[in-house]
Amino acid sequence: MLELQALSRHFGGVKAVDGLDLRVLEGHIFGLIGPNGSGKSTTVNVITGLFAPTSGKILFRGEDLAALPTHRRLRAGIARTFQNIRLFGQLSVWQNLWVAQNSAEDQERHGFFTRWLGGQRGVRAEIAQLLEFSGLAHKQDELAANLAFGEQRRLELARAMAAKPRLLLLDEPAAGMNSEEIGQLRERILKLRERGVTILLVEHVMELVMGVTDRIAVLNFGQKIAEGTPAQIQAHPAVRKAYLGGDAA
Amino acid sequence: MDFYFGLVQIIGVHTLLGLSAYIVLLTGQVSLAQAGFFAVGAYAAGMLTVLAGWHLVPALGASAVCGAGVACAVGFPALRVKGLMLVIATLAFGEGVRLFFFNFDYQIARGEIKVGPLGGEGFRQIRFFPENGWTTGEVMLFIWLFVAAAVALLWWFDRSRYGSVLRAVGEDELAAQSVGINLTAVKVSAMTVGGAIAGVGGGLYAHYTTHIEHASFNILLATFAIAYPIVGGLRNVFGTVLAVIFVQGFLIEGLRFLGDWRNLLFGALIVLAMNLRPSGFLGARRRA
Repeated sequence: MLELQALSRHFGGVKAVDGLDLRVLEGHIFGLIGPNGSGKSTTVNVITGLFAPTSGKILFRGEDLAALPTHRRLRAGIARTFQNIRLFGQLSVWQNLWVAQNSAEDQERHGFFTRWLGGQRGVRAEIAQLLEFSGLAHKQDELAANLAFGEQRRLELARAMAAKPRLLLLDEPAAGMNSEEIGQLRERILKLRERGVTILLVEHVMELVMGVTDRIAVLNFGQKIAEGTPAQIQAHPAVRKAYLGGDAA
Repeated sequence: MDFYFGLVQIIGVHTLLGLSAYIVLLTGQVSLAQAGFFAVGAYAAGMLTVLAGWHLVPALGASAVCGAGVACAVGFPALRVKGLMLVIATLAFGEGVRLFFFNFDYQIARGEIKVGPLGGEGFRQIRFFPENGWTTGEVMLFIWLFVAAAVALLWWFDRSRYGSVLRAVGEDELAAQSVGINLTAVKVSAMTVGGAIAGVGGGLYAHYTTHIEHASFNILLATFAIAYPIVGGLRNVFGTVLAVIFVQGFLIEGLRFLGDWRNLLFGALIVLAMNLRPSGFLGARRRA
């Protein structure tokens, strides 16, 4: 589904991502973990095209993404959420989902006129479903800026889903959540996998990562130091040293 | 009565100018180019009615096309820059247009006299309305027909997905890109629609004043254009309409009896209005 080949992104002398190889299989939930500053968010930003890679390749479903600008990558089927939530605060919850309906399927289904200048009628059912999924149906006319923190996280996930992605990049979706909310997030992530969405989960919260992922890669200083199943990673000495603390043995 | 009709005409034309800046401002772009599009529309419509003998309505259509075309062409390079750089770039464009018309001669003989734009002398004799016997009241209604159409168009946009997309781009370009919005297409489209509206405004302006010259399309006009949606707020199009009425009707005409003191009070009242309503008369919806 997604393959990174020797991907690097340097900022001046800082090697934020350095020679990263990664293969995410279709239907998997792939965890990407590592200490702060280890290059996880940079990886997401390079995959979505916000940063150009310094070197290396990104293949998505066998095709090189290099030539595609960010908005085209979404059309190709890659959606994301942000570590520090980035909603359209002055738009309503409903409108946040509406503007995000940019999948290739949506573009083909409606003519130019209906798609841009038509009203809300044709898309209501679909957005209602997304609202249902994220438990925000009762807030649909609220401004996004007025939502509580947890609701904003849910809306951002729903907004990413509005693009009908095949691959979903979640950048620390559990940051700042309490354990009840993390439990709900886990349910949602598993539900998404059932629908056939492949997920790259960048996360700090071990409780979540260890519980849902099929496979995990660990980054440190921009390089992959380990990869394996959650059980293998938990037992991996280099990971324990870099991530869980030097004397965690 | 004619004085009031004249005032309502000015308000109508400035509303078109303000609306052209409004749609661009929705995408977060502060453009000082709107007076330039307005000038292009004014000269285009004037030349078509005077020199080519067109009826005013198709001439206004042509000035919309000219305004839109120029705006689209300017939009591609200009919208690559942001914030203050965009302000400077669009300001330079507006001045460029003004200087172009300062040097633009295209006159043809019409009987005894020569008509057409004559550089710094300006373009006189745009006499479509008097030649066809329109009264001031009729001209006023004619202008407001176009204002109503532009308001309706932008109101419709605001209710559509396009309107939400414009606002999404205005709020967070990075997030907008990431949900699949083509920033360039959206910004240039807003600029183009704005250019068309400004072009029509300019065409109407040329015909009710009957005389245009480069100096009318200066930086002050560009500042007014962007000030209207800022003072009026971005919740919907009526904020801009209110702001034009406030500025042209009250601050400029209403305070004329104050003589030279007017300009001083003008500035003070703008500052006061912005302090009382920091996000405009009809600002963004807010609930804490």
